[in-house]
Amino acid sequence: MKSLFVVLPALMLGACASLPPNHQLSPADPYEKANRSVGMFNEIVDIMFLKPVAKAYVTVAPELVQKGVSNFFGNIADGWSAVNDILQGKTDKAGDDLGRLLLNTTFGFGGVFDLATDAGIDKGNEDFGQTLGFWGVPTGPYLMLPLLGPSNVRDGLGLLPSFLFDPISKLSSGATSFAFTGLRAIDTRAGLFTTDALLNQASLDKYTYVRSAYLKRRENLVYDGKPPKTEDD
Amino acid sequence: MKLFHKMSALVLAFAATAVMAQTAPDAVVKNVANEVLAALKADASLGASPQKLGAFLDSKLSPNFNFTRMTALAMGRNWRTASPEQQKALTAEFKTLLNRTYSSALAGYKDKAIDVRPVKMAASDTEVIVKTSIASGASPILIDYSMEKAGDSWKAYDVTVAGVSLVTNYRDEFNNVIRESGIDGLIKSLQAKNK
Repeated sequence: MKSLFVVLPALMLGACASLPPNHQLSPADPYEKANRSVGMFNEIVDIMFLKPVAKAYVTVAPELVQKGVSNFFGNIADGWSAVNDILQGKTDKAGDDLGRLLLNTTFGFGGVFDLATDAGIDKGNEDFGQTLGFWGVPTGPYLMLPLLGPSNVRDGLGLLPSFLFDPISKLSSGATSFAFTGLRAIDTRAGLFTTDALLNQASLDKYTYVRSAYLKRRENLVYDGKPPKTEDD
Repeated sequence: MKLFHKMSALVLAFAATAVMAQTAPDAVVKNVANEVLAALKADASLGASPQKLGAFLDSKLSPNFNFTRMTALAMGRNWRTASPEQQKALTAEFKTLLNRTYSSALAGYKDKAIDVRPVKMAASDTEVIVKTSIASGASPILIDYSMEKAGDSWKAYDVTVAGVSLVTNYRDEFNNVIRESGIDGLIKSLQAKNK
C-alpha cells in the first residue's frame, strides 16, 4: 500500500503529454497538451482502479443484479432527460420520458425494472449540455475532464446542474451517497467495455479518435440524429 | 402455347423480383451483417485469429464495400496528393483496419438481432442510406450504411454508428500523421497497426 503512494504521484507527474514539434492544434482543441495529460491520468486511474473493479463486478454480480443497477440509474437519467425535453420545448419526448419515469418508479420498484422499454416507450437521452446546444450555445474548446473523460466547455457547464440536482447527492447520509456514486461509476464503466475495446482496435491515436467521435456524437445528439450537412461529409 | 407464354412471363417476373430483392441495398446490408454475425457466433476461433478473420471478412465485405471511396473519404484533401501506388497501399491497409473494427463492433453484439429497416427509394436513386438498429437494453444502437449503386450492385461507402462515421472519424488522425511524417508515414503507421 505504501508503494502505491509513491508510485501514484510519480505516475501523475509522468502523465505529462508532449506533442510532436510540427504538430498543428485543431481549432476545436486549443488546450490539447493539457487535455492529453488529463487523458493519460484518466487512463492510469482506469487501469489501476476503475477497470479492475468494473471487471470484478461484471464477473461476480449476477446479470439480473447488473441489469437492475443499470435500470435504477437509467431511471434517474430519464427524469433528468424529461426536464431537458421540457427546457427544449420537446413535449412529445417529455411525455415519453415522464411516462417512463412514472411507470418505472412505481411498478418498476424505484426503477430497478425497466417496464417502460418492454411497453415500447423509447428511452430519451437529453441532458443540459444538449439543452444549451439546442438554444445555440457554442461548444467552446474541447476539454478532457479528470475522471469524467471527454467533454467541452458547454457540456462541462451542462454537468453542473445535473450534479446540483442529482437525487443521489441529496441522500441523507454522506456514506450512502458516496456508495451510490461509486456504484454508478462502476455501472457506467462496466457498460463501456465494448466501446473501449472498439476504440483501442480502431484508433491509431486514441486521443484524436475519441475527440473526433465525441464532438460528432454530441453534435448528432443536439440535432436529435439529424445534424446539418457539412461540406466535407 | 399462349398459356406457355403466360407461364414463362410469370416465371420471368418472379425471377426478376427475386434478383431485385437480392441486390436491393437493404438486402445487401442484411445479408452481410447476418452472415458475419452468424460466423462469429458459430466459430469462436474466428475472432481469436487475426489471419483467419481477415481472410473471412475479406471474402464477405470486399464485394459489398467500396474501400477505395472509404479511404478517399477518410483522407479528405490529402487523397489527391497521394500517388496511385500510395493510394493503393493506403486502401489495402485501411481495408484491413476497417474489417477488424467492423467485426469487433459486431462481435460485441453477437447475441443480439439486427433490424434492417426497409429502404424507400426511387428506381433512379444511385445513393441511399440503409438504417439498421441493434436492440441493446433500453436504447438501441443505430448503425447506418451509406450505399452507392455500382453497376447492378450496391456497395457501402460509409458506416455510421450512433451518428459517428467509422470512416470520416479518421480524418483528424490521418491529417496529423501526414503533417508529421507524410503519406508514407501514414502507410507505415497503418501497417504497424495492422500487424
